[in-house]
Amino acid sequence: MVDRHPRQNPIDARPWTFYALGMLFALYMLFLYGPMLVIYTLSFQGPNGGVTFPIVDPSLDWFRDVWRKGQMADIPAAFSRSMALASVVSFLTVLISVAGGLAFRRPFRGGGVVFYIAISSLVMPSLLVGFGIGLGFQFLGLQPSLFTSALGAQLTWTLPFGLVTMFAVVNRFDRSWEEAASDLGATPFQRLRYVTVPILLPGILGVALSAFTLSYDEYARTTLTIGARNTLPLEIYALISSQTTPMLFALGTLTTAVSFLLIGTTLLFLVQTQQRRQWHRGPDVEPVGAWTRDTTSNL
Amino acid sequence: MDARYDVELVSVTKQYGATLAVDAISLRVPKAGYCCLLGPSGCGKTSTLRMIAGHEGITEGDLLIDGRNVTDLPPWARGTAMMFQNYALFPHLSCLDNVAFGPKMRRVKRAERHRRAREFLDLVQMGDYAKRLPNELSGGQQQRIALARALIMRPRVLLLDEPLSALDPFLRVRMREELKRLQRELKITFIHVTHAQDEAMAMADLMVVMDGGKICQTGSPYEVFERPVSAFVARFIGGHNVVPWRNKLIAVRTDQCVLEPPGAVPGVRGWVSNVEYQGPTVRVGLTTKDGLEVAAVLRDDVFKQRPLSTGDEVTLSWPEASAHHLAA
Repeated sequence: MVDRHPRQNPIDARPWTFYALGMLFALYMLFLYGPMLVIYTLSFQGPNGGVTFPIVDPSLDWFRDVWRKGQMADIPAAFSRSMALASVVSFLTVLISVAGGLAFRRPFRGGGVVFYIAISSLVMPSLLVGFGIGLGFQFLGLQPSLFTSALGAQLTWTLPFGLVTMFAVVNRFDRSWEEAASDLGATPFQRLRYVTVPILLPGILGVALSAFTLSYDEYARTTLTIGARNTLPLEIYALISSQTTPMLFALGTLTTAVSFLLIGTTLLFLVQTQQRRQWHRGPDVEPVGAWTRDTTSNL
Repeated sequence: MDARYDVELVSVTKQYGATLAVDAISLRVPKAGYCCLLGPSGCGKTSTLRMIAGHEGITEGDLLIDGRNVTDLPPWARGTAMMFQNYALFPHLSCLDNVAFGPKMRRVKRAERHRRAREFLDLVQMGDYAKRLPNELSGGQQQRIALARALIMRPRVLLLDEPLSALDPFLRVRMREELKRLQRELKITFIHVTHAQDEAMAMADLMVVMDGGKICQTGSPYEVFERPVSAFVARFIGGHNVVPWRNKLIAVRTDQCVLEPPGAVPGVRGWVSNVEYQGPTVRVGLTTKDGLEVAAVLRDDVFKQRPLSTGDEVTLSWPEASAHHLAA
């Protein structure tokens, strides 16, 4: 009788560690996403249900509750403040880290020191950074607010990330692209506009996105620098410590949806750019006939 | 002003910090000539090209293009266009937009610049690839796009930085013919940097051999091959034996050398260290007792009459008229 299955060489078999590590990974995924899945499910709790299972009469009531201006919190206002702040933080982070990334291509005197100073706020305790900024504002007699102290505090967090990302992106940028542009008559501005920025665009979008999300859920630095009006994470924290209803779950589901929408849109854009680059893929052959025609006829 | 020359370098020097990359070189490239800068890596040939292009500043000296001093002008105002070693095609633009980039920077209208770009794509026989992105093309195709992108600027001088080094040998030979044809048809000056002597021999009207930031020899490939001025040039262009002979250093072409039984004739005695069959010829390498490496390239039928193998002792000799003295 002929063996239907080709015999497996023991060399090709997976070692037991593969299964052990696979199990570990599965547990980790459960740990990571399990609680979130519970929260998403429970956000569809009925009006008379509690914060735990079972779900009584599933409904969208708690989602409606999010939009209602409550006694304790004004979610829509906090959300729009968070979005506005995240947009500004993202814009400034891109502007500064792209400029910084381009500047650091050429070594300059004191460059190393400047780099470490710019990066060091990554390792500073976040609460203390916020505390220091809050204290500084008080000392100078300034009111802390969204677009002054809070903006500054968040930039101490997003800028080092943006800068490090841009260093990696710019590292792969070939200087001869810029030289070619100059050679073809581009002014420095045209060179930036038509060559440097478009080529760096995927990296730039990455920086914008990470700065946006870092700002969107920043808590520790913002809490002591925000002043009277809260951003969304601060508002949520206040809610958790005062009242717990399934409305929090609905809020969690919504903010996750916002994040996914943002990331999804950006990825879609990037994928489309990539696809455009493979749009016209045809046979990858040399046009030998056309190319050799007049050279071979001389032989 | 002397406009018989397209490019004139007058004592041009390039210094990077304390290092002297190019040391006061002077060179005149006649109109519509094909000039090859040839030398080993680090000889200053690429720095020279980049100074002509305007991508490197000239430390000292003057650069004239078509009789006009362009030493301090930006790259685009010099009448030069450069083809980069890695082609430097813009990865986010189609071939058509790559070629149309120069006119776009000069604010030529879209329809007009695309029409002209198509013309140049046709010139390099890449018309069918207008909509492709550079990363969808092979190295040879990318090179032709880079060529079209440079030529659309209607440069007086086209600068090519190691244009053939990234191609496979078969394509390299075809591209050689093609570049030469374009140069003849467009009647512009090409300055071509290479480290391959066969490439320079095949293409150049004017061959410039460089070493250590200086020009060793300038002349037609024929002149340089027939009369290399120094041991370095003789060794670098290949095909020569450099041997001490009667208290002088001489160069003699390996294909004009013959191999005789040891001691039969005056010459250099040595042992066969290597026999290479090359088709029409056989290259026999010898090592002398002083460790000097020499070679004779024999016609295959000549070799067959008296075959040699590794370890045989022979004398390398040459007709007196073939040898010529070297400076050092």
